[in-house]
Amino acid sequence: MSGARLEIIERNCKGCSICVEFCPKNVLEMDVFLVTVPRPEDCIKCMQCELLCPDFAIKVHDE
Amino acid sequence: MAYDYEKSIRPGKLPHIWCPGCGHGIVMKGLIRAMDTCGLDRKNTAVVSGIGCASRLPGYLDACTLHTAHGRAAAFATGVKMAKPEMNVICCGGDGDGTAIGGNHFIHACRRNIDMTYVLMNNFIYGMTGGQFSPCTPTGAKASTTPYGNPDPIFDISKLAIGAGATFVARTTAAHPREIDKLIVQGIQHKGMAIIEVLDDCPTTYGRRNKFRSVIDMMKYLKASAVPVKAASKMTAEQLEGKFLTGVLFHDTDKPEYCAQYADIIKKAQGA
Repeated sequence: MSGARLEIIERNCKGCSICVEFCPKNVLEMDVFLVTVPRPEDCIKCMQCELLCPDFAIKVHDE
Repeated sequence: MAYDYEKSIRPGKLPHIWCPGCGHGIVMKGLIRAMDTCGLDRKNTAVVSGIGCASRLPGYLDACTLHTAHGRAAAFATGVKMAKPEMNVICCGGDGDGTAIGGNHFIHACRRNIDMTYVLMNNFIYGMTGGQFSPCTPTGAKASTTPYGNPDPIFDISKLAIGAGATFVARTTAAHPREIDKLIVQGIQHKGMAIIEVLDDCPTTYGRRNKFRSVIDMMKYLKASAVPVKAASKMTAEQLEGKFLTGVLFHDTDKPEYCAQYADIIKKAQGA
């Protein structure tokens, strides 16, 4: 499923990795202390990362 | 699709001060969504807090906010509500702030059943001051002041609130973000004292002393230990050992609300 764009607000991300662990489709990965999006095409827009990010650092946009 | 939280946050306030993985940010997001769902006018909404990590929350919100003395959130909020009964009053605070230092104010606000919503973030510890044990630190858990394990039994905040007379009591965890805003919405819509206890993670001062090696371990623990009220009715006491009930635990619409009663007294005193 495609059509999702994940925006990472790097200034806000503290690297807690909650989004990476709770993503059911393994879309996200940690790059030391910053989250990256290596597989955006696998995103099913479940919004778990956005809901669980305590730092307002990730947004799931519908494209 | 992406939720616009920024419109509810004071410009330039992010990133916030909370530690990496702290659940308070998740609760704040839930509160923003709930305030939007209820259509609260920011100029007519007071968000009141005491002192502590959780009590930093109103500082970020673009609403009428009040950051008060330690534990006195409920007392100041009562004052706001009595002076301006048309205002929506929301209290925020942690477990130490709300039930230890402010325990007295908390129970008496519950007893009066004054119309406000208290979002109590229970992270089992005093986070900001260096991890001292709070009334919600589980028995046996380690804190900076109980290095051999905490000998005290815990306060069950929800039961305390029900016993003290609050008329809407609900509990959820930071690992259930959609439930947070659902319950806060119900709390705001409820006419009377609404307590929303959100079990939270403190990886920095609680987790690392208590065998939660990472934020994820704490979040998974919260997720695994939460049992919805309906599911719990089919479970035995042994199965419920170490778990906590989530959802709406108590809801009473019959008890009179304090501001309405006080308005009657004013009328009586004025000879109407």
